[in-house]
Amino acid sequence: MTALPAPFSDWFAARGWQVHPHQQALLARAGEPALLLLAPTGGGKTLAGFLPTLVELAGSTHKGLHTLYISPLKALAADIRRNLSRPVEEMDLPVRIEDRTGDTSHQKRQRQRADPPHILLTTPESLALMLSYPDAARTFAGLSRVIVDEIHALAESKRGDQLMLCLSRLQSLCPGLRRVGLSATVDDPGAIARFLAPHPAPCPIVAADPGPDPDISMLVTEEPPPWSGGGGRYAIPAILNEVRRHKTTLIFHNTRAQAEIFFHHLWLQNEDALPIAIHHGSLAREARVRVEAAMVAGSLRAIVCTGSLDLGIDWGDVDLVIQVGAPKNVKRLVQRIGRANHRYNAPSKALLVPANRWEVVECEAALQAVRAHDLDGEPRGPGPKDVLCQHILIAACAAPFDADELFAEVIAAGPYAGLTRAEFDACLDFCATGGYALKAYDKWQRLMLKDGRWQLRDPRAAQMIRMNVGTITSSELLKVALKARFGAKPLGEVEEAFAASLTPGDTFLIGGEVVRYEGLRELTVEVSRERGREPKVAVFSGTKFSTSTELCARMLAIMAQPAWPDLPDHTSDWLRLQRERSELPREGELLIESFPAEEREYLCIYGFAGRNAQQTLGLLLTKRMEEDGLHPLGFVATDYATLIWGLDPVTDPTPLFDLPRLRAGLEEWLAGNAVMKRTFRNVAIVAGLTPRNHPGQRKSGRQATFSTDILYDTLRKYDPDHLMLKVTREEAMRGMVDFARIETMINRTGARIRTRRLDHVTPFAAPLLFEVGKVPVFGTARERLLEEAAERLMAEAGLSRAKAGG
Amino acid sequence: MKDIGGFDFDLQGVRLTALPSGALFWSAEALLVVSDLHLGRSERYARRGGALIPPYETVDTLARLDADLDRTGARTAICLGDSFDDLAASALPEADALWLARMKAGRRWIWIAGNHDPGPVDLGGEHLAELAIGPLTFRHIALPGATGEVSGHYHPKVRLAGQARPAFLTDHARVILPAYGTYTGGMAAETPELRALFAERALAVLTGQVARPVPF
Repeated sequence: MTALPAPFSDWFAARGWQVHPHQQALLARAGEPALLLLAPTGGGKTLAGFLPTLVELAGSTHKGLHTLYISPLKALAADIRRNLSRPVEEMDLPVRIEDRTGDTSHQKRQRQRADPPHILLTTPESLALMLSYPDAARTFAGLSRVIVDEIHALAESKRGDQLMLCLSRLQSLCPGLRRVGLSATVDDPGAIARFLAPHPAPCPIVAADPGPDPDISMLVTEEPPPWSGGGGRYAIPAILNEVRRHKTTLIFHNTRAQAEIFFHHLWLQNEDALPIAIHHGSLAREARVRVEAAMVAGSLRAIVCTGSLDLGIDWGDVDLVIQVGAPKNVKRLVQRIGRANHRYNAPSKALLVPANRWEVVECEAALQAVRAHDLDGEPRGPGPKDVLCQHILIAACAAPFDADELFAEVIAAGPYAGLTRAEFDACLDFCATGGYALKAYDKWQRLMLKDGRWQLRDPRAAQMIRMNVGTITSSELLKVALKARFGAKPLGEVEEAFAASLTPGDTFLIGGEVVRYEGLRELTVEVSRERGREPKVAVFSGTKFSTSTELCARMLAIMAQPAWPDLPDHTSDWLRLQRERSELPREGELLIESFPAEEREYLCIYGFAGRNAQQTLGLLLTKRMEEDGLHPLGFVATDYATLIWGLDPVTDPTPLFDLPRLRAGLEEWLAGNAVMKRTFRNVAIVAGLTPRNHPGQRKSGRQATFSTDILYDTLRKYDPDHLMLKVTREEAMRGMVDFARIETMINRTGARIRTRRLDHVTPFAAPLLFEVGKVPVFGTARERLLEEAAERLMAEAGLSRAKAGG
Repeated sequence: MKDIGGFDFDLQGVRLTALPSGALFWSAEALLVVSDLHLGRSERYARRGGALIPPYETVDTLARLDADLDRTGARTAICLGDSFDDLAASALPEADALWLARMKAGRRWIWIAGNHDPGPVDLGGEHLAELAIGPLTFRHIALPGATGEVSGHYHPKVRLAGQARPAFLTDHARVILPAYGTYTGGMAAETPELRALFAERALAVLTGQVARPVPF
């Protein structure tokens, strides 16, 4: 066992602290080229990561950068700087610590490149930017350790893929570089280790004591949850009761809109005026900072929040976590539960609040999974190529490069270990010439080969490439603020599409307030306060998660039980009724019910494939039904089932599920689909096909900017095999479209379809009838909607007349 | 004559047809007007060290123009300016230049100068700052107070039922055409600078599958 050097052991002793075994282990194995630490929240993970650095620097005269710390959150970098500065000052160590994020001043950033601190705390995007400068080698000279915090979160996104490419670059600049990843508990630590390690080097895993099992249960309410819908409003009295009984409660929701609605109603029932706040990613920064400060000061009893509080920062004395709505994913639930009780070795306390009857079953499945330590995870697939294209452009900004050397570097990054040379060359060709079937840009290549090395043809391009560094491409957001005469106070942000749907007088929720839309001024949505009116709900979306494969499997296992003593009576009665009236879905076959109700014919498919896949299934099946003359009218999808209605009964649904035909339908459907266009936009921005819009640019550049939808349509028409379309397709298949899970579902059931023809609606299908988000099936609807609106307006203006000409 | 569809309206006693494609047709003169083609936009971006966007907008724009000329049987074609994204972009690839030459054959062809292409281009046809025919004047940028004016430049768009579409804007004095080019964005019709050019009661004609009038 490595003994701690004196100043450190004294410092720990003075505080009455023990060095945790995993902190010891990281110190002892500090020489490993790559190391992954798994530790629960509150386990002293960050200190474990930094301890070897502090020990190495304590007795040395190291010049320049020694350790680079990377976190997914800017706020986390600043927070760690404060926390780390304390031991450094108290032990009087010769260590300079600085952070560098998008918020760091231009002057300071320039100075940091010339004279870096010993420890630099930054984000993946800031690192990529630093690597794009010609002086990168000098900036990073002497760097010997990299700490990647919250690597489990980064490994799930393109930000992580970009980071791993950057680490490969750093590894070439600093051959002795050692990597440490800090992760929460995950289902497959091996996958994260492979993600982090310089391929093919091994990456040993150090697992900290996971601590005691959490104290987790379902919240019991007097009123049973509703049949359908989300939000958990029915549970507000019981939740307020829990808030009263605890010091600080975090109330997690799956989407921002639901958090807003819940918060609004919570306040209406908060008779004791308990100090409760709301925190989510769409709030104005000022509002978020205020909530965070109040939280740290311990002056809040509860915070209604979303994923924006999922990561890292230490939030004072939270002693209860409430998850409203089914958790959808066990791994994330466990991480959220960890937000309660930051004292190591004390159990975290959590309550699950199912929002409807179906979710009761899912919550029970989640409780079982948490107790069994059975985490879920969908494998992420190989590193996306749009990120690689950006990396190639960034490399060219820094210096002319050799393609063979860059390829070797790229495949040393975990996510790109399986990349073929042909795939790499296609990305390089895209960066150099656009990669079009029509060779139009021989003269105006972006990258040119000169003396065997690729370089920018026009050095001015470097600035544009740097402005577009990063892989976060949230949809266009507009600021929401009170009108000037009400104080111009910023309240938050909404998506442009939502803002466009508003007309003056409309009301919506933001930051827990009902506001009235007044108008759009430049890039700001101007509002006034509107008390006591029912809001038109803000649809700005959080991520819409799908219930994981593991949770779905557990739900099917629960349904296979002969009885359900663990479930509340209202839910076990419901399951029993379904078994009597129809039957329960089973593993290994696909249950489909067909029944008439209210002059419509219904088809209910219990696929348990998650919301995105069930939604796609609905689109594909109705398309097939349309072709077969079965007159579908619409459908609705949940995580568990798709309900389709139409004019004709479907007596034999088996032919509808022919996989090759479904896939062919998918190809056609994808073509003009909004999901694809949205995905294409993200891919095009990341890959550098089109610059992201910068605020301010849009004010003047009205004719200069045109939508990426136009580029998508043009490519599909003239260059359907183009790299960007392939990348878009790959991404959509994994994400919003989730066709992979439809294939899994069909394979899981071995296409064994069990059809039940019934003469009335079934207990399981009934709640689906009340679901919101019904999708109508229509062909020429867009034109029809437009025509109706136009005719109405013409009539109102007294301009109705026979259409001339056409 | 073929049924060309579109929406008919009067300007200074002249009956004009706003086509769903964004072209304007004066059937009495067999005259077709298009504005803001922005041919060669992708080439210009690439030349300036910007992004290499798909180089197909010229082909796409010419194909639509060819179809409109064919459908209307126009004997005169007027391109209302910003036909090219800049003067250098008017050096079209050979195949595109030949296609344009075929379209021009047998009809009068007029290039009106725009702010993107202020000078003559090295392609056949007449090059004019503006042109008057009968009671109508054709120019690139609308002049406040003008009457009988047909212009472009602003790329007007109108949002209806959640969809933004390029649109013609007209009152009794003038019409402003939508941008015809494939790679063009738009300016909201209610933008003060654009709205101020029109009388209180004005009409927008949305393009798309059908030319659709709405008050604006």
